[in-house]
Amino acid sequence: MKKPLYFFLPVLILVTWEVAATVINNSFILPRLESIVAVLMDPFATTYMMGTGSLLDNAHASIIRIILGFLLAAIVAIPLGIGMGRSDGVHDFFDSTIQILRPIPPLAWVPLTLAWFKIGLTSIVFIIFIGAFFPILLNTIDGVRGIKKTWAEVAMNLGAHERQLMAKVILPAAAPTIWTGLRVGFGVAWMCVIAAEWLPGTTQGLGYLILYAYNFGQINVVVAGMVAIGIIGISFDILFRGVEKRWFGWRSLER
Amino acid sequence: MNLTIRNVSKTFTSEKGEKVESLSSISLDIENQEFICLLGPSGCGKTTLLRIIAGLDKASTGTVELGGTLIDRPNPQLAMIFQEYSLYPWRTVVANIGFGLEIRKIPAEERHATVKKYVDIVGLKGFENSYPYELSGGMRQRVAVARALAVDPSILLMDEPFGALDAQTRNLLQHELLNIWEKTKKTIVFVTHSVDEAVFMADRIVVLTPRPGTICEVIPVQSTRPRDRTSVEFAKVRRYVLDLINQPKCTLQ
Repeated sequence: MKKPLYFFLPVLILVTWEVAATVINNSFILPRLESIVAVLMDPFATTYMMGTGSLLDNAHASIIRIILGFLLAAIVAIPLGIGMGRSDGVHDFFDSTIQILRPIPPLAWVPLTLAWFKIGLTSIVFIIFIGAFFPILLNTIDGVRGIKKTWAEVAMNLGAHERQLMAKVILPAAAPTIWTGLRVGFGVAWMCVIAAEWLPGTTQGLGYLILYAYNFGQINVVVAGMVAIGIIGISFDILFRGVEKRWFGWRSLER
Repeated sequence: MNLTIRNVSKTFTSEKGEKVESLSSISLDIENQEFICLLGPSGCGKTTLLRIIAGLDKASTGTVELGGTLIDRPNPQLAMIFQEYSLYPWRTVVANIGFGLEIRKIPAEERHATVKKYVDIVGLKGFENSYPYELSGGMRQRVAVARALAVDPSILLMDEPFGALDAQTRNLLQHELLNIWEKTKKTIVFVTHSVDEAVFMADRIVVLTPRPGTICEVIPVQSTRPRDRTSVEFAKVRRYVLDLINQPKCTLQ
C-alpha cells in the first residue's frame, strides 16, 4: 500500500465498531459488522426488507426518482441560466425571486409540496427538483458570465450570428461550469431523495427502507442502507468527475 | 480594397458618469496591400480605433468605409487578431483555425484543405491536434493568425498581437508576418506601442497622441525589406519617431 495513512482511519473505525458491538452485545444499538455485511452481500434478497423488495429494488426506486427530479431541474435551470447569463434584462427580472427562494432548504418545501401535490411520486420529484435546481442555475449563470469577451468577439468578427455564437462559443465555453453545477446539483438531489422518501405514503426507496427498518429494530438493515446510499452517491460523483476530466480537462489546464 | 477612415471620434461615458473622449477626428486612407502601424502610448485609443474599423465598436461620429461600403458591423473582409487569449481552449489547433470556415458553412473537405494550407504557412505542422494550453505564446499567436487568414479577408487588423511575447519570439514572428504579408497580399493594420516594431514592419507609421487620440503625424518608411535593425538607416527613422513622440505636438492636446 502506497498510502497507509489513507486506510488507517477507516480500518480503525471498523475495528472499534466490531469491538464495541461485541462488548455492548445489543443489535438494536450497534449491530455486528457481519450482520450488516450479510445484508449488503445479498442485494437481491427480500428476506431482510420486510416486504419492501430487495435492497436493489429500493435503490432502483430511489435512482428513478432522483433522475426524474434531476433531469427536470436541468431542463429548466440550464436554459434559464443561459438567459440570465446573457441578458441583463432576463437576469434582473428573475434574480430577486431566485435570491429569495434560494436560501430555503429543499426540505422546508415538504409541507407545501404535500398541500400541492398530495402524497406520491410528484411530491418526491418536486423536492428533488428544488434541491438540484439552484446549484445548476447558479453555475450556469456563472459559466455564461465567465466567458472571455474575446471569445465572443472573435466569433462575431468572423461573421457568427446569434445561434452560431450560442452553439459554438457560449455553450462549449460554459459547459465545464454547467457540468460542475450538474454534479453539485446531483449531490444535493441525492440528499433530498433520501429525506423525501420519509414523506408519508411512500412504500419504497432507500430512504424509506432505513426508516422502516429502524421501526422494526433492524439496525443492521439501517446501516446497510446507509452504506448503499453512500456507495451510490459516490459512484455518481465519480461518474461526473470522470466526464469532467475527459471532456472539460481544458479548463484546469488553460493558462 | 481601400479603407477610408473619415473624421472618426469616440466618446464614452465612464463609470463615474463623465464623458471621456478617447478618439478625436481621425481621418486616414489606407491603400490596398499596405502595411500600416498605428503607434501610440497606452490609452491613446488605438485599440478602440481598430475595433471601430473591425465593426466591433461604433464610432460616435465619422465613418469607416471599405471599398465604398460603410462598416458598421463585423465584415467578412476584415479579420481581427487579438492580443492574447483569443483561441478557443476546447478546440485543437486545426479546429481553431477552421472556426471561421465552420461559421461560414464551408464543407468539411474544403475546410480541411484550407486549414492544412494555413497550418503550413504559419509553421504549425506537427501541432495540428494540440490544444492551446499545450502551446507557447508564440505558437498560439500563429494559430490566431492562421485562423484570421483562413477566411481569406482582404484586411488583417492586428491588436498588439506580439505584445505579450518575449523579444526573440517577437522578432521571429515579425519576420514571418512580413513573409506572409508578401505572400498573401493582405492589407495589414497593426497596432503597437513599440517604435522598433513599427519601424521594422510598416509602410507607414501613424503616430497617435495621448487621449484623446488624434493623428499627430504619418511617417512613410521607405527602406526596403527585410530591414536591418542595426543599420544606420533604421536608426535614423527610429530616432525620428522617438523624437517625434516626445515633442509637444504629439504629447499635448
